Amino acid sequence: MIRQERMRVVKIKEIAHNIFEMILSGQLVHDMKSPGQFVHIRVSDSYEPLLRRPISIASIDRDKSEFTIIYRAEGRGTTLLSLKSIGQEVDVLGPLGNGFPVHEAIAGETVLLVGGGIGVPPLYELSKKLVEKGVKPIHILGFQTKEVVFYEEEFLELGETHIVTVDGTSGHQGFVTTVLADLKPDFTTYFTCGPTAMLVAMENMFPDKKGFLSFEERMGCGLGACFACVCRTTEQTAVDYVKVCSDGPVFPAGVVQI
Amino acid sequence: MNRLAVNLPGLSLKNPIMPASGCFGFGKEYAQLYDLSKLGAIMIKATTLETRLGNPTPRVAETSSGMLNAIGLQNPGLEKVISNELKWLEQFEVPIIANVAGTLTEDYVEVAKHISKSKNVHALELNISCPNVKCGGITFGTDPIVAAELTAAVKAVSQVPVYVKLSPNVTDIGEIARAVEAAGADGITMINTLVGMRLDTRTGKPVIANGTGGLSGPAIKPVALRMVYEVAKQVSIPIIGMGGIATVDDVIDFMSAGASAVAVGTANFVDPFVCPTIIEQLPEKLDWLGLNHVTELIGRSHL
Repeated sequence: MIRQERMRVVKIKEIAHNIFEMILSGQLVHDMKSPGQFVHIRVSDSYEPLLRRPISIASIDRDKSEFTIIYRAEGRGTTLLSLKSIGQEVDVLGPLGNGFPVHEAIAGETVLLVGGGIGVPPLYELSKKLVEKGVKPIHILGFQTKEVVFYEEEFLELGETHIVTVDGTSGHQGFVTTVLADLKPDFTTYFTCGPTAMLVAMENMFPDKKGFLSFEERMGCGLGACFACVCRTTEQTAVDYVKVCSDGPVFPAGVVQI
Repeated sequence: MNRLAVNLPGLSLKNPIMPASGCFGFGKEYAQLYDLSKLGAIMIKATTLETRLGNPTPRVAETSSGMLNAIGLQNPGLEKVISNELKWLEQFEVPIIANVAGTLTEDYVEVAKHISKSKNVHALELNISCPNVKCGGITFGTDPIVAAELTAAVKAVSQVPVYVKLSPNVTDIGEIARAVEAAGADGITMINTLVGMRLDTRTGKPVIANGTGGLSGPAIKPVALRMVYEVAKQVSIPIIGMGGIATVDDVIDFMSAGASAVAVGTANFVDPFVCPTIIEQLPEKLDWLGLNHVTELIGRSHL
């Protein structure tokens, strides 16, 4: 069920340069179904800014009725969100969209989790869920530079983790594809979230592998009503288009035209 | 007595609140959140004869207290709207106002003829004001003679009353309103979005792929209110007012300016429960104003 709830800020912390981790508490947490779903947050009770901000769910703690988001304070909305303090309430609509299909990986298998920048957060909850069911994840996490790297230790606790930065200031130097070319990992399925260029590179690098990609597009309603986040599909599909918010944001490789 | 009931040509509304076309799809998404039978009516997404896939993305951009959109009338086409969307909406006790769009007069006539036969379609809204398509849309809405001819052509085939949705992107909106009234329009819905633009400050290029988009949201309320006020003085057919409505106070303002009912657009994206919330708050607001019935609000500003 989709709910609108005023959720309480339990924790807010800058975990890397301009990257914030916020924990929110409320009942909406119990409706979250799969890693990779997102919430639509109204950062102000006024008309400024007007629209909600779609932010992916990084971690879910059902026992405590809490969940974590990790976002970059870059535009007006996310900057305002970064100024919230503990105890304040935030208007949250969610959970929205369809996340990563954890059931596609079987216990004992090795899978690849590839994230880029602010696309890394939803992979954390995904990795937790995969590890829980006995799947072995290999994490390849790409960032611009050392000062925006986050959650390295958290991912390390769950499995093999490779950090890569464009300028080489942390981990390997280059892109996630550079590491993948060197590593030549053996895996059954890949899950990825990040900039479009990275998604394209993943599809091109592993055309015969089962893969699931999480997309980003400017959204209006977040529910599927406004037709803002529509993507054309490839010829192999039965439909002409999909909506990132309500049909996605996660799609199997080869569905969305990129 | 239902203090909120409003009767308009073809429409027996249990309350004067309805979601605006293009901001509510065909209702399915919002039906996950509340019972659509609570609404006065639903203005469904613009329907064209053929399937339309719309404009490239980005299609929306936020602006100060508003947003720009250039969706491009994406819709599954007449046949599928009738057999799937309208059929599905039959489960709710709510009159549907079908927004009709096209490229040529014949397209509008064809869509109007067929869609007006659907049993839950109680009125048509003639879309002569969409700013985001190259042909049709706004080109019909900026010339009073062309607008009148199209209105008359659609009136001749429609089984239900015809409302004409006016564009604010004209010099004299009253002239267009008078022209469509003379051509037989049963009502007016106003306003559609204002053509606007946002540039990426770094690149200097438009944010929206279409270049320009239609501005909506609270930012346009003063313009919409002024136009409703002006048109209400010039026509005797009813007006369904819209343009930046987000609160119960906005509803009071539009009805005071002369609207007989109102539509809520962009605010549905900000607060998906905005329509039922306003409906719930209306009686209390009437009490506060010392009014018995919502229709007492209509045109208060002109008295």
